[in-house]
Amino acid sequence: MALLLKKRSVLPGFGLTLGFTLLYLSLIVLIPLAGTFLKTASLSWTQFWETITAPRALASYRLSFGASFIAALLNSIFGLVVAWVLVRYQFPGKRLIDAMVDLPFALPTAVAGIAFTAVYSSQGWIGKLLEPLGLQVAFTPLGITLVLTFIGLPFVVRTVQPVLEDIEPELEEAAATLGAPRWRTFRRVIFPTIWPALVTGFAMAFARAVGEYGSVIFIAGNMPMRTEITPLLIITKLEQYDYAGATALAVVMLVVSFALLLLINLLQEWSSRFHKVN
Amino acid sequence: MLNQATVQRRGRAIAAQVKTEPAAVRWLLIAAALGFMALFVLLPLAVVFVSAFEKGMGVYLASIREPDALAAIQLTLLTAALAVPLNLIFGVIAAWAIAKFEFKGKNVLITLIDLPFSVSPVVSGLIYVLIFGLHGWFGSWLNEHDIKIIFAVPGIVLATIFVTFPFVARELIPLMQAQGNEEEEAALSLGASGWQTFIRVTLPNLKWGLLYGVILCNARAMGEFGAVSVVSGHIRGLTNTMTLHVEILYNEYNSAAAFAVASLLALLALVTLVAKSVVEWKTKQKSHVESSPSVQEEIA
Repeated sequence: MALLLKKRSVLPGFGLTLGFTLLYLSLIVLIPLAGTFLKTASLSWTQFWETITAPRALASYRLSFGASFIAALLNSIFGLVVAWVLVRYQFPGKRLIDAMVDLPFALPTAVAGIAFTAVYSSQGWIGKLLEPLGLQVAFTPLGITLVLTFIGLPFVVRTVQPVLEDIEPELEEAAATLGAPRWRTFRRVIFPTIWPALVTGFAMAFARAVGEYGSVIFIAGNMPMRTEITPLLIITKLEQYDYAGATALAVVMLVVSFALLLLINLLQEWSSRFHKVN
Repeated sequence: MLNQATVQRRGRAIAAQVKTEPAAVRWLLIAAALGFMALFVLLPLAVVFVSAFEKGMGVYLASIREPDALAAIQLTLLTAALAVPLNLIFGVIAAWAIAKFEFKGKNVLITLIDLPFSVSPVVSGLIYVLIFGLHGWFGSWLNEHDIKIIFAVPGIVLATIFVTFPFVARELIPLMQAQGNEEEEAALSLGASGWQTFIRVTLPNLKWGLLYGVILCNARAMGEFGAVSVVSGHIRGLTNTMTLHVEILYNEYNSAAAFAVASLLALLALVTLVAKSVVEWKTKQKSHVESSPSVQEEIA
């Protein structure tokens, strides 16, 4: 352990605490995850490829990624508006709204799932109003997108909010003094500053939505090829004792999440560098 | 003639004006934000409580008092009581190693600790099935020795530990890094032992960040669904947590009972938000110099 140290320290416990950290991390996280990759070795490459490119799997990717993308987009637009309003304006109930932004983190996903289904089913508060218009939300991809929007709501707001708070008023004043109309000040001065944070928030909301399970299965209807998300397909395969198939799909999801995690880390780095320059 | 005060006042008014939008735009944006929050957050929350009491107080109380519901509540409490302290201990130890020392591969280690947040809950459960399940690595050995992990309580606890793994650590690492080593070095040079230094100097400084991490960790531990669903086996009264109990009731079209149990979880979420706001307020109040716990949350 001492070999790893870059600088000697008078504080004790480096070897002990780092050793424990690595042990616990390996037992709970690293070894089980590595085991999943090893398990796919029981499949030949062709079998693996056929499992992850089966029509039902492809349909589930399209749904999972498509719905997550639209949900993250909705979150970017409305999340920016919510963050903007919370930082810039005064209105009654502001602190309550600010606290409620975090509800999707605190509310168990299964509760969110049955609540959204109740609101949007044909007898629900909103579903009832939409049905005469021929618009069905529950048990369609639209319903999945709405609930994923709920799940990703805090990410954009909480990444954009601190950046908006830190914008120096002098910049906007200067733009206004030079004769820029308000809209152009926003587009040319404010927006470029918050853009990296917005993209980061989008990526986080997207990553979260892709893996989401609990809230989706209640509103999805779970019809193969139509409203079946990838995590549900994994569960279906498990219930049929198709462990190899489930593992193959899990590996696809893991690779996607690791790629997204890497992307988010790079975005955050870009964002913080950007933030410092301004 | 305008006096100087009037000019200044006008100047300030103009400066305020150029920094904000026309009133119509302001109200439109506020309306859009409130509408969005009402539709996506308040309405679903309200529907939980309205549906829970739809059939009256009697049905509500009966739904949360029946033996299966009580067993589910007990299991959820037990799971959180095991997972949260374990991750708390890990979080403190990992934060000490990472924040107090400079070593190679530190950033990689931080990323690895965050990893569980980006793994889909379903996959988080599956990885333990592959290890401890009947067809898993240790499946036949466990079977011979009559030890049950999957479709039993240990599996549920393990999966919960996995999904709540990063909460405390990621709260404490930036906090401890911001505080630096000076106070600890002073305590040590005055003759305190390492353990005394940690208990008397480090821990009091971490109090609020620690509480913040525990609150978030607990909310997730009690509310986890996907990962637990994979390893639980859904045995009523034995391996059903509260969220799984809600699912079963809902799928049996017992909506009032499902929402009754769900309302307890929703209440937990509200308590979590209040506690979180209080802690954030306390940290802000305590000092403007020290950085407050990051409001960054889980990634996935």
